[in-house]
Amino acid sequence: MLKRLSVRLLTAGALVAAASSAHAQAGADFAGVWQPRYQEDQPERIPGPELRDYLGLPISDSARQFADSWDPGRIALPEEQCRVHVSPYIYRGPTNLRIWEERHPKTQDLIAIKHYHSTYEQTRTIWMDGRPHPGPNAAHTWMGFSTGRYDGDMLIVETTHLKQGWIRRNGIPMSDRATLTEYYMRFGEMFTRLSILIDPVNLTEPLVKSEEYFRSPRELPAQTWLWVCDPVVEIATREAGEVPAYLPDEHPFKDEFARRHQLPEIAARGGAATMYPEFQEVLKKNPPPPPLPPPTKGAARVTGPPQGQGQGR
Amino acid sequence: MTTSHSRKGRLLTVVAAVAAGAAIAVGGRATAQPQQTGAQQQDFDKVQMDVVQVRPNVYMIVGAGGNTTIQFGDEGVMVVDTQFPQVSAKLLAAIKSVTDAPIRYVVSTHVHGDHIGGNEAIAKAGRTRAGGNVVGDIGAAATSSAGIIAHENVLKRLSVDPPAGQQAVPFGNWPTETFFGDKREFLFNGEAVQIIHEPDAHTDGDSLVFFRRSDVVATGDLFTTVMYPFIDTANGGTINGYIKALNAIMDITVPSNVNEGGTMVVPGHGRLSDEQDVIEYRDMATIVRDRIREYAKRGMTLEQVKAKKPTLDFDPRYGMDTGFWTTSMFIETIYKEMVKENPPAPAKGNQRNRSNQSKGSGE
Repeated sequence: MLKRLSVRLLTAGALVAAASSAHAQAGADFAGVWQPRYQEDQPERIPGPELRDYLGLPISDSARQFADSWDPGRIALPEEQCRVHVSPYIYRGPTNLRIWEERHPKTQDLIAIKHYHSTYEQTRTIWMDGRPHPGPNAAHTWMGFSTGRYDGDMLIVETTHLKQGWIRRNGIPMSDRATLTEYYMRFGEMFTRLSILIDPVNLTEPLVKSEEYFRSPRELPAQTWLWVCDPVVEIATREAGEVPAYLPDEHPFKDEFARRHQLPEIAARGGAATMYPEFQEVLKKNPPPPPLPPPTKGAARVTGPPQGQGQGR
Repeated sequence: MTTSHSRKGRLLTVVAAVAAGAAIAVGGRATAQPQQTGAQQQDFDKVQMDVVQVRPNVYMIVGAGGNTTIQFGDEGVMVVDTQFPQVSAKLLAAIKSVTDAPIRYVVSTHVHGDHIGGNEAIAKAGRTRAGGNVVGDIGAAATSSAGIIAHENVLKRLSVDPPAGQQAVPFGNWPTETFFGDKREFLFNGEAVQIIHEPDAHTDGDSLVFFRRSDVVATGDLFTTVMYPFIDTANGGTINGYIKALNAIMDITVPSNVNEGGTMVVPGHGRLSDEQDVIEYRDMATIVRDRIREYAKRGMTLEQVKAKKPTLDFDPRYGMDTGFWTTSMFIETIYKEMVKENPPAPAKGNQRNRSNQSKGSGE
């Protein structure tokens, strides 16, 4: 497993090195307004992932059980309605991103690079002045504590002190012990963000992801940068202190994803093995589950593709 | 001042500290034994105090034992929890590094030795305010030490004779000012301080300390970031009370509009937190309790419940296989409480018999 991981990381490193050599000048300027492209993992990033879809994620058994008992009703609790996507995850969602630099007024030395996300109105500071990360007893935040450095043209960012968040927002958690390394590479009017997430609680191997952002040719209206969250009681009959969750092995939709997409259970359950090409061989040896029955007349499907609309149509 | 411990080292230190404090639960009586246990498990000479600023006049101090919170101003210093006695000099030095104001009050959040061990030394380093007849009657002794405040159940636990072979907690560590009922509140350094009792949670004498203007709450062991909730049943703790206490903390805390910051929370052990951290912990405790409650309702045995791994999703974050408070003990403690709450139904044969009898009697 480690060998395969090494290959993957070396591949990522080669991409990074190529990007770095192509833009040899130090310290690419990322300042501006940027918007993401969603060609990668579009179902996860726009409509949202389906329950029990753990494909391609190197999750631990504990993360799987957390997700197996996940009830989306939990984020209807007033105290959880305004929870923010952590910095390892927030770049995947719909968001406008403004980047600017903060420089010392007398020396013009680069002190910090700021990222402002319209989603959840998050301002992230990437310290560039060489300061150390805080000690182990400092508070954790959604964006974490980030320090950066340039390697040629490429910006490398290390982040610690993160709050608990999501690896995938269908209940797969990211722990507050996770750390993040990011590589920002600019290619003209776009940049690539490649991230490596290490979570000793919920991942058995590092999770490598990438996203692309394109520069917006014009400033956006002010209100597109706002995210006002005022929690309210959505379900009046819910008892105080109730935390919606299913028993892990008794989730009512536990096989829906696998059956809808005709995937063997072993694939839908995720795990490090499902990341690698050789998993194709495993798939061939495991038959898919029976398809979902047609919906009852009059029933409205609210997630996923319409029944019977397979690939190729 | 900062610690240089590794993550594993820090965790072991915290576990040893809590273990030492918890050991006083033996027989429901508080003894000095846990402090000796702690001394055996920790090298106090190597302990460094990590002083973390929370507000301009509120700091969290992490050393050996439970976290200490200090609030200070013109009237003096309030110290919430005093760690182990072996590090009292270091704790005093840490306090002095922040303020020279005199220590007026020590507040003990509960009875465990890792939170009250330094009470005597810290209190003696301070002076309470007294005047009039009090000073006239007993002289300088009236002001020679800071007052030690705790819920009356802390004093009750401490004042019971210890089990045979164990030393009593030194009298100087006992509270000098106890309160009963829901809370004690007063103005100190220009802000309202509320010492709020949470019954039957970690123990039966737990208190939160809420600094209202500073917007900081010190929770004692009603919230930690390092381990599963320790339910000290020998000292009156219950899982239901613990979860109620977590919800009570959330009633006090107010975050920003994106669930971050706002009211800051100093946990009994672990890092500085806010409401969102308490939410995650409350969710964990509630979900585990509810699972075990459901399994208990179904009549499952303890071994069957353990086989279901009701804590698997949280074990890498909070679980321990060894030590004074293992995951297995956490499950067992909840199970026993849930069985007590939901006694198992009579065996099927009995049910049938009873049903038949009922039918018979009705016919």
